[in-house]
Amino acid sequence: MRFSIERLVQWAPYILEGLGVIIGLSLICALIGVIVGVLCAFLKKKKGIGWLIRAYIDFFRGTPVFFQLYFFYFGLPALIPGFPTDRWIYATVVFGLNSGAYLAEVMRAGIEGIDKGQIEAAKALGVSQKDIIKDIILNQAIRSVLPALFNEFIALTKETSVVSVLGVNDMMKRYSFVVAKTYSPIEPLVVIGIGYLCLNKVLSFIGQRLERKLAYD
Amino acid sequence: MIKIEHLYKDYSKDIKVLKDISFTFEDGKTYAIIGSSGGGKSTLIRCLNMLEVPSEGTITLDGVVVNDPKTDLTRVREKMGMVFQNFNLFAHMDAKKNVAYALMKVKHMSKEDAYAKAKEMLEKVGMGHRTDSFPHQLSGGEKQRVAIARALAMEPEILLCDEPTSALDPEMTTEVLKVLKGLSHTGLTMIVVTHEMAFAKEVADYILYMDQGQILECSTPDVFFTHAKSERARQFVSNML
Ligand SMILES: Nc1ncnc2c1ncn2[C@@H]1O[C@H](COP(=O)(O)OP(=O)(O)O)[C@@H](O)[C@H]1O
Ligand SMILES: [Mg+2]
Repeated sequence: MRFSIERLVQWAPYILEGLGVIIGLSLICALIGVIVGVLCAFLKKKKGIGWLIRAYIDFFRGTPVFFQLYFFYFGLPALIPGFPTDRWIYATVVFGLNSGAYLAEVMRAGIEGIDKGQIEAAKALGVSQKDIIKDIILNQAIRSVLPALFNEFIALTKETSVVSVLGVNDMMKRYSFVVAKTYSPIEPLVVIGIGYLCLNKVLSFIGQRLERKLAYD
Repeated sequence: MIKIEHLYKDYSKDIKVLKDISFTFEDGKTYAIIGSSGGGKSTLIRCLNMLEVPSEGTITLDGVVVNDPKTDLTRVREKMGMVFQNFNLFAHMDAKKNVAYALMKVKHMSKEDAYAKAKEMLEKVGMGHRTDSFPHQLSGGEKQRVAIARALAMEPEILLCDEPTSALDPEMTTEVLKVLKGLSHTGLTMIVVTHEMAFAKEVADYILYMDQGQILECSTPDVFFTHAKSERARQFVSNML
């Protein structure tokens, strides 16, 4: 079958709607990841709960995300009868927790990386505790963590392509639908490839701008 | 005037660092604190501005008990500038903001006034041409001069320096010591922990020799370097020279 511009134009809008799905899913998962990551960064060293946090991080960093999706989507309802099976919930929770496991490390480094000497210097100048937390600690912690957050977000937009296995209507799922209709894989593949490339070009451009803008006051 | 009475500092039950220190720092004088590592020099000057909380005893600054929980530490710290071994500049602020920041936050100066004063102070330490540089763009000696400008901008009565040149190579040490020497005997009380014997000899009014958490000796440089009272101080001097 020959490449057809007509078919490409005809199906591109339908497939690219899947890009919106990916962006939405990635945003929600990144947000969950940040919250879980910050919590883990603080709880990891706590007695009693620390081992649980470490086990969670090991599980999500030590197994492929594909396995994680299957494990929760098929495993949990099998183990616990009546467990909800909404695919969106699974996709969001698995990718959110997966991000959280990666971001926990980043967050911990960001918080611990704050130079104690700078805090002492500010104290010695008579700066109030409130201003030290705001202007010296948080200000620098956010700067140091934001680029990593952005990278995680970019990684998520790519990794989440596997949610099609759960039947979430992303670009890959739409690809199968279009091929079943037209018997031609090439046009949807071109659209998907260009879609992902453009998305990540835009995202990394924003990321770089942000990083440069945030580096210094 | 800073009056220290029966000051003790324990970091824990086993780590007792300062042991019954009593001493008075007179206004306008320059003091060099010397002694081997681990003797409690840093702990002592960090107690003066409450970066470390004393375990026992009192520190009085111009009649105000510094380590009284009711004392407003901001007022105390405004009078005492501090210069650290590792400079401790705010990494995300350029040189002028490093100096201006506390002027705005603590002295409540307007932005224009704070930056004007910052530029003036940076010029005073020979950094007038680098006001827009960030700490990572400066050499160690330059960083330390910005840190000195930052402390001086607050117009302190006392300047505490904890080994201000120990992280610097000899050339940079010279430029920083030159700035410190220029500040001595200008009305500012200077308390400088240092291993630079030549500087101590030339600039200090008094040398305090500290060992194992006590001030073993306080003498003028002439006396200290020729006939120190304690055997340990004599040993220390002969090792250093
Ligand atoms: N935060 C701390 N916790 C526990 N021990 C400390 C702490 N700071 C200093 N010490 C100990 O106190 C002693 C004196 O340290 P310090 O005042 O830094 O001496 P110096 O400045 O003369 O080298 C050292 O034995 C050091 O290990
Ligand atoms: Mg020290």
